[in-house]
Amino acid sequence: MQIRSPEFKANSVKALSDAQLQKALGNVRAGFIDKRKKAVDALPEFDALRENGKAIKDHTLANLDLYLENYEAQVKAAGGHVHWAETAEDARRIILDLCASRGVKTVTKGKSMISEEIALNDALEAAGVRPVETDLGEYIIQLRGEHPSHIIAPAVHLNKEQIEADFRRVHTHLPADRELVEHEKLLTEARAVLREQYFKADLGITGANFLVAETGSSIIVTNEGNGDLTQILPRIHVVVASIEKVVPTLEDAAQILRLLARSATGQDMSVYTTISTGGRREGDPDGPDEYHVVLLDNGRSSMLGTEFQEMLRCIRCGACMNHCPVYHAVGGHAYGWVYPGPMGAVLTPSLIGVDKGGHLPNASTFCGRCESVCPMKIPLPKMMRHWREREFERGLNPAAARYGLKAWAFFARRPSLYRFFASLGIPVLSAAGGAKHRFSWLPFAGGWTKYRELPAPEGRTFLQQWAQREAKKQEPVR
Amino acid sequence: MSARDAILNKVRASLGAGNGPRAKVVRERLDGAPRGLIPERGQLPDAARIDLFAAQAEKVHATTERLASYADLPAAVTAYLRSKNLSASIRMGDDPRLNGADWSMQAALEIRRGPSDGNDETGLSHAFGAVAETGTLVLHSGAENPTTVNFLPEHHLVIVDAKDVAGDLETVLARVRETFGKGQMPRTLNMITGPSRSGDIEQKMLLGAHGPRALHIMVVGS
Repeated sequence: MQIRSPEFKANSVKALSDAQLQKALGNVRAGFIDKRKKAVDALPEFDALRENGKAIKDHTLANLDLYLENYEAQVKAAGGHVHWAETAEDARRIILDLCASRGVKTVTKGKSMISEEIALNDALEAAGVRPVETDLGEYIIQLRGEHPSHIIAPAVHLNKEQIEADFRRVHTHLPADRELVEHEKLLTEARAVLREQYFKADLGITGANFLVAETGSSIIVTNEGNGDLTQILPRIHVVVASIEKVVPTLEDAAQILRLLARSATGQDMSVYTTISTGGRREGDPDGPDEYHVVLLDNGRSSMLGTEFQEMLRCIRCGACMNHCPVYHAVGGHAYGWVYPGPMGAVLTPSLIGVDKGGHLPNASTFCGRCESVCPMKIPLPKMMRHWREREFERGLNPAAARYGLKAWAFFARRPSLYRFFASLGIPVLSAAGGAKHRFSWLPFAGGWTKYRELPAPEGRTFLQQWAQREAKKQEPVR
Repeated sequence: MSARDAILNKVRASLGAGNGPRAKVVRERLDGAPRGLIPERGQLPDAARIDLFAAQAEKVHATTERLASYADLPAAVTAYLRSKNLSASIRMGDDPRLNGADWSMQAALEIRRGPSDGNDETGLSHAFGAVAETGTLVLHSGAENPTTVNFLPEHHLVIVDAKDVAGDLETVLARVRETFGKGQMPRTLNMITGPSRSGDIEQKMLLGAHGPRALHIMVVGS
């Protein structure tokens, strides 16, 4: 998909004034946070499981080459095929070649963020292959020509009236006067329309939540069952997954599964967790004849050994964005590429470059909620700071910000000068703040004061107050 | 250089990885498959375990029933179909435990054998095992219980033997390993926790998205 991350600021302004979007975003704030909290509170071992999950991923990443080799050998032993793709383009070519050599006309798709990352649908359409998204949310946004605004709830930015209008526009084979107001009616209609597509498809594409090195299996987790129908009905099953999805054993996957659904939707376990290994066996009455895995790197191998390695622990639960005040305010599309929210703010610059994704790690208040709910304990704010440092080092942020930071750094490195000017400046600003103790206008701070007032400093500097407090402690008690 | 070697080389270079003891550590982990932390609720004794399984399954909108033996199965299936006003027809595979029941007692009941083609209202499967901790059923592919039966019918009836209801997922996975061999898996292992659902329209939870709208679990024996 087209990268619009450099336009993050303009995107955000638009999002903030979009009434439909703001209404829909209310569902994120109301739904996800409470559900997760209830599920987590009900499992006393949750925090200990987080430590285990982190340790499993850290161990796997430190030995990623070896686990990938074992995984590949086991896929082959089970009759499957592994295709390695260094770039998004390589992955697209592999899948298009598979479609061409097997005369594939229609592809059903389970939900996959990797498929978004490699912009697979556009490539399939250009090659004359019809992709059909089957996850309800993905189906809805495909009808609208949009991209997911959330990694587990792709259509969370929409209201049901918008969805009704889309169904009426596209499902023209159905009576125009049908009832379609209720949520249930919309679901039933989508279910019937997509049922036909599952049977028409020659090839089904799913993502993977885990790849298991021990057995050569891929694991998908869904609630709708669309991923399962996508992979058992067509002749060919293709899994697209990135290299960091591998875990050593089934037990390791079981450990992380206890974190995934609770963090994502507040369920103890998602409805369907499916482990797939190779194609149809002798005597199997159903299932695909062929099983292929496209293993994508696309920049991840270069994150290993850097301060961004820990990002590769991410299990794509969405908890960070569900708890992010910035995501709550602007939604997922403002981020301008595949991955929104805090995980997107860290991952996007890694995958498309800090020159294009640099606004995203800047769009954070560093409130730290993302890190506190991350099941894999990824230090997201710390990594956003690393991106800010890199952006500064490469001279990518605006001149005013750079000079401002440099000026501040000059004084910060000279504490006595800093204190001297602070002790002069604070009374001046305090007096200038007037009776309200607030500024509605300040030179160089128009970006702030245009929307809200800036509180004026009051009284004395922190260090002066501290010294006073310490002196008081020293006084003898009478 | 192949893409495979290019990626693996990049991974090794980024990790600064020599071989040293890494290969041994990885081998041991793959061979030993150590268990992690099993929550306390996954370690209950027999009777409490089955109660927890039923409670957890009902929490996610499945319905449950206890049967004394397989002899009660045909009547229980007929009663379910009648209570939901469903046609007297079920789709099932070739599971010997299901076949062992005397279906002739339910003369009006049509039994369709083999995988589902999408035209079945009700499917019947025998689970390989179940997990009390989460109310999860575990089923594997094959002629005995075709995977399509798990997903295409609107109503899914699943039988599980009480002795196969484990406390935790790890216990069932160990049985899979025992049954199919270390490092071997059936084509598909389905873990099913409640009927199909979606929250994709305004976060409102709805049952019956693409899979069954209803999941009815019958626990046989004690």
